[in-house]
Amino acid sequence: MEIFGVPSALLGSQLLVGLINGSFYAILSLGLAIIFGLLNIINFTHGAQYMMGAFVAWIALNKLGINYWVALLFAPIVIGALGVLIERTMLRKLYKLDHLYGLLLTFGLALIFEGIFRDQYGISGQSYPVPELLQGGVNLGFMFLPIYRGWVVVAALTVCFATWFVIEKTKLGAYLRAGTENPQIVQALGINVPLLITFTYGFGVALAAFAGVLAAPVYQVSPLMGSNLIIVVFAVVVIGGMGSIMGSILTGLGLGLIEGLTRVFYPEASAVVVFVIMVIVLLVRPAGLFGKA
Amino acid sequence: MQMKKLTTLACAAAFATLSGAASAQISGNTVKIGVLTDMSGTYSDLAGAGAVLATQMAIDDFIAEAKPAFKVEMVSADHQNKADIASNKAREWFEREGVDTATELVTTSTALAVMKIAKEMNRVALMSGPASTPITNEQCNDVTVHYTYDTYALANGTAKAVTQQGGNTWFFLTADYAFGQALEKDSSAVVTANGGKVLGSVRHPFPASDFSSFLLQAQASGAKIIGLANAGADTTNAIKQAAEFGVTPKQSLAGLLMFISDVHSLGLQATQGMYLTTGFYWDLDDQTRAWSKRFFEKQKRMPTMVQAGQYSSVLHYLRAVQATGTDEAGKVMAQMKATPIKDFFGKNGRIREDGRMVHDMYLAQVKTPAESKYPWDYYHIRQTIPAEEAFQPLAQSKCPLVKK
Repeated sequence: MEIFGVPSALLGSQLLVGLINGSFYAILSLGLAIIFGLLNIINFTHGAQYMMGAFVAWIALNKLGINYWVALLFAPIVIGALGVLIERTMLRKLYKLDHLYGLLLTFGLALIFEGIFRDQYGISGQSYPVPELLQGGVNLGFMFLPIYRGWVVVAALTVCFATWFVIEKTKLGAYLRAGTENPQIVQALGINVPLLITFTYGFGVALAAFAGVLAAPVYQVSPLMGSNLIIVVFAVVVIGGMGSIMGSILTGLGLGLIEGLTRVFYPEASAVVVFVIMVIVLLVRPAGLFGKA
Repeated sequence: MQMKKLTTLACAAAFATLSGAASAQISGNTVKIGVLTDMSGTYSDLAGAGAVLATQMAIDDFIAEAKPAFKVEMVSADHQNKADIASNKAREWFEREGVDTATELVTTSTALAVMKIAKEMNRVALMSGPASTPITNEQCNDVTVHYTYDTYALANGTAKAVTQQGGNTWFFLTADYAFGQALEKDSSAVVTANGGKVLGSVRHPFPASDFSSFLLQAQASGAKIIGLANAGADTTNAIKQAAEFGVTPKQSLAGLLMFISDVHSLGLQATQGMYLTTGFYWDLDDQTRAWSKRFFEKQKRMPTMVQAGQYSSVLHYLRAVQATGTDEAGKVMAQMKATPIKDFFGKNGRIREDGRMVHDMYLAQVKTPAESKYPWDYYHIRQTIPAEEAFQPLAQSKCPLVKK
């Protein structure tokens, strides 16, 4: 059977692959959306933090003998702690200033981190093996699905929806959202807002590192792996609506699917399609698909 | 971006006075070599700091061997793979800093930009890193040498060998820019000429990190061979993901431009059995091993063909300056073309009138992890492609300098 001249099996497999990529977009854009929503900081270091998550996993495996499963927890903690340090010593001073200052600071940090890893490990990157438990694949009839890729979708979506649940449905989340709306009043009610903000930044960064560990067995672990991805992820956040949690998750998945389809019908445009959609969305709904105008 | 003056090397004052007549023709009594390369981007492992080191080694060896009456200096800069940065830097070097030759120039677009300026300013351009054949065809000029390899030689080596060994149906994964398209075109021609068939191709954006969609299309084509007409991180990611999606080993991959730095970074498990064409392998003979070990001591990596070619081209240039006693581009180029190249890199080498340095190329096959006995023991050399067969024949050249 063919759909628009493309065999349906190929189309099915491309949609699945799109969903896998969409999971990466979702988890990265979620971190960005949380940080922007609460700190008003456009975190340009996000790509570098994703890259460092992957590198920490690689270093942990090769130098410390820490396996993949432990690294899934270990790398986000290490990189999240680094995020806390950045927030405490640098970002904190910029909250009252224009967005541009935060953007410049985090962009500078990203360049520094990438430079350090490039100097230490070179540009070609390192190989991280797929963990033993997740090696091999299953034949779905229309495609061969590597088990690891299936795991990526499950892990990423679980973390995404857990995060959404915590922010939208729990008391802690309510404090967070209130702190965003009106920090002074929340502070007056006896809640330590600065600590909440530090914690939030650390968590957003940890999400990036988690995505990095998920990506390590799939892509070459290289210093530039984040900078190639971050621009697309920013577009995802803009399309979803800056600061919207569910918006960034759904948009991430949706754009992964659209990108996957573009790769079948017109592969040359697959790198641009996200940006074309961004332009259209900005023209029609300037606040983004899920944003509040 | 920073320009570094890495060294200034003085020579014996007594020599300068003795050979005053000859050195009078060398501007400022100094030969200045500019290394314009990718110091921080995609190609910085295969060229970059290693190319700067190779240049320095060539200068040191030349001074030790020839005891020249002139000084030799090196400057280097990061062109960031951008043609505008490369041409601004080259112009500054030629106009204000008395640089005699711009070298390395990985990434075709930077090479094409700089060779035009070199022609205008009458300086020499020595290209080790770039791959595209237009450098010695439509765009050729008489001050440029294309030294290490090109897309024709790569296709002619890898595509021919693989097709002849039964890999007669191909599907290309092509980086969607000038280099990838040139490589696909050259390779398709070789496949067809050897009785093979090209079933299709997919153009992926450059750079890309996820190749699964493209690999699934290649898988669906049923071709025996998937030709990777890309380079650097694109190639390594495609190879890694091909194994993940079960594309290999049912179908085989042919890396049309792979460097030893790529194999090192991917590991033998992922690359074993692949064919590739290279202009240099460190473990070829005693000469290559001796030089490569010196390189390794400083760089902690074995040299790529671009870095080895860089050394050879700079040494050949300096010897020509010494022999002619001038740094005037025309005279030096004439001497370089008239002198055969015989060193650890350039076996049976010579520079043709189109600027192409032809030398023996090698068809290599990547070893299995079990076959590799020591660090960097990566290749079986399956075939030596003689200099005269490895590159595009002059009869097919589109270079106006070639008399027909």
